[in-house]
Amino acid sequence: MTAAAKIRPVASPNPLARFWWVFRENPGAVVGLWVISAIVVAALLADAIAPHPPHEQYRDAFLTPPAFARGGTWRYPLGTDDIGRDILSRIVHGARLSLLVGGIVVSLSLAAGILLGLLAGFTRGIVEIAIMRSMDIMLALPALLLAIVIVAVLGPGLTNAMYAIAIVSLPHYVRLTRAAVIAERTKDYVIASRLAGAGVPRLAFVTVLPNCLAPLIVQATLGFSTAVLDVAALGFLGLGAQPPTPEWGTMLADARQFMQRAWWVVTFPGLAILITVLSFNLLGDGLRDALDPRMRR
Amino acid sequence: MLRFLATRVSLIVPTFIGVTLLTFALIRVIPGDPIELLAGERGIDPARHAELRADLGLDKPLLVQYGVYIANVARGDLGESILTREPVLEEFLARFPATFELSVCAILFALAIGLPAGVLAAVRRGSAMDHTVMAVSLTGFSMPVFWWALLAILFFSVTLGWTPVSGRISLLYFLEPVTGFMLIDSWLSSEPGAFRSAVLHLVLPSMVLGTIPLAVVARMTRSSMLEVMGDDYIRTARAKGASPLRVVAVHALRNAAIPVVTVIGLQTGVLLAGAILTETIFAWPGIGKWLVESVHRRDYPVLQGGVLLVAATVMVVNLLVDALYGFINPRIRHTR
Repeated sequence: MTAAAKIRPVASPNPLARFWWVFRENPGAVVGLWVISAIVVAALLADAIAPHPPHEQYRDAFLTPPAFARGGTWRYPLGTDDIGRDILSRIVHGARLSLLVGGIVVSLSLAAGILLGLLAGFTRGIVEIAIMRSMDIMLALPALLLAIVIVAVLGPGLTNAMYAIAIVSLPHYVRLTRAAVIAERTKDYVIASRLAGAGVPRLAFVTVLPNCLAPLIVQATLGFSTAVLDVAALGFLGLGAQPPTPEWGTMLADARQFMQRAWWVVTFPGLAILITVLSFNLLGDGLRDALDPRMRR
Repeated sequence: MLRFLATRVSLIVPTFIGVTLLTFALIRVIPGDPIELLAGERGIDPARHAELRADLGLDKPLLVQYGVYIANVARGDLGESILTREPVLEEFLARFPATFELSVCAILFALAIGLPAGVLAAVRRGSAMDHTVMAVSLTGFSMPVFWWALLAILFFSVTLGWTPVSGRISLLYFLEPVTGFMLIDSWLSSEPGAFRSAVLHLVLPSMVLGTIPLAVVARMTRSSMLEVMGDDYIRTARAKGASPLRVVAVHALRNAAIPVVTVIGLQTGVLLAGAILTETIFAWPGIGKWLVESVHRRDYPVLQGGVLLVAATVMVVNLLVDALYGFINPRIRHTR
């Protein structure tokens, strides 16, 4: 080997590779990512994976215990509910619903939050005060209570529950975006871009926004878990998805009265919520460590 | 200190006014007008409808209506429940002690376990103990409260028979409310066994409601302790020959407690949100259950007044936490 080969400059690592390098150091986050991938696959292939249609009632199998318990059968791996529907199939179809809800809620609140945050950060003055004060007012109320109020106005149902949760989670994104914009807007690269003639929209979306994304991605991941949890909570209170929709919270509410006779009707839907929420929280923690060293615990 | 408090109070006034705007708007954006709501399913003839509209001031401009609403709120008049015809404020005050009692017990539960767990995790950083505390607290943080409540009932009440399933006290006891706090009322009463019954009824709801704050307290204590343990004064204390227990309990924890106090204060909103679910499941006659029922019964004045009062409670608690924070941390008090 020649001396020249030895001192060959090391190429700076690709940012994605560097991200993955840090991310995989956190075993919890990697587990979270795997579990989420599995849930996504299950949700996408729900029709193929679920052993039964989610609404099919088997009249010969009311409250059948899960396969591994006494009296259970592999025909219904996680047992059946009070009207003979297969719980596993309902949970798998529920995953589709929960991920969809999480995705829509996060997209809505992220898009609106970024817009309002950029607006507040760039305009300052009265617009900023109006936006930030409104966010403070929303934060003065417990999120679930505000969501309940919004659902009370719009009427119960899954779609309205989604809107309610998207509105409730708005303040976090607005605050994060505004704070990031204010931190970035006086930096040299932004001033340079301004001097080069960039207008406010270009400055906001092309120059500044990409540099504010790290905390927003983390918040979006954690927001996903909150959305899944809150939609389930509203469903449980009878204000979200309505029966017979296979939504996890609604399933729990339906099953409550049979809880003493059949533990499995409440155990599995709740476990599905817990595993999903936990995985997103693990992923969020890992992303925070990998994307933003300043936020590291 | 007084100036610090004055600034804080002046900051919450606009927010409170904003919340009144929100609750004022609430009753007006609900489909159907308030009079039809009051009349219920029987309906109302148009002449009476117009008369009532004038009586309630609904024919005046919105700004005037808002002015009247604010004046009423300032006098403590939040309207009355459509269902019971009781003033909303009275209904709130009658239920508030139940929620307060539950929340205090939940916070005590969270502190009793979360604080030592967080300290242990920080002191034994990287050990199996640390990993367990972190894993358990993240699980607690992700827990769907309503499911956790059902599991707790299933295990502790149904299977083991240790605690009652719901309510504040056994139906065998009838206590005249003195303070509204069941623990105190049952203690004061001469009924044998009443206090024990009240305590047993509190155990499960407090544990369920305290789970998320417990997770937050444990994580916060750990990270705050880790930060403090590397500081010079800890090394000095060690060098002076202070025992490890003294270094942790006296020198480190005292300073590490400051962010923990703030976090506990910020949990008020989380607690009230959790109380909505916990109270509904345990049939606990508090604010949370009352509000959910008001939505189901379409009792909008209750929802309107209740939301305003909950927001006011959260703001007052946050103010108290701020004051307490300024009190224990002089640096904050003097810099603003």
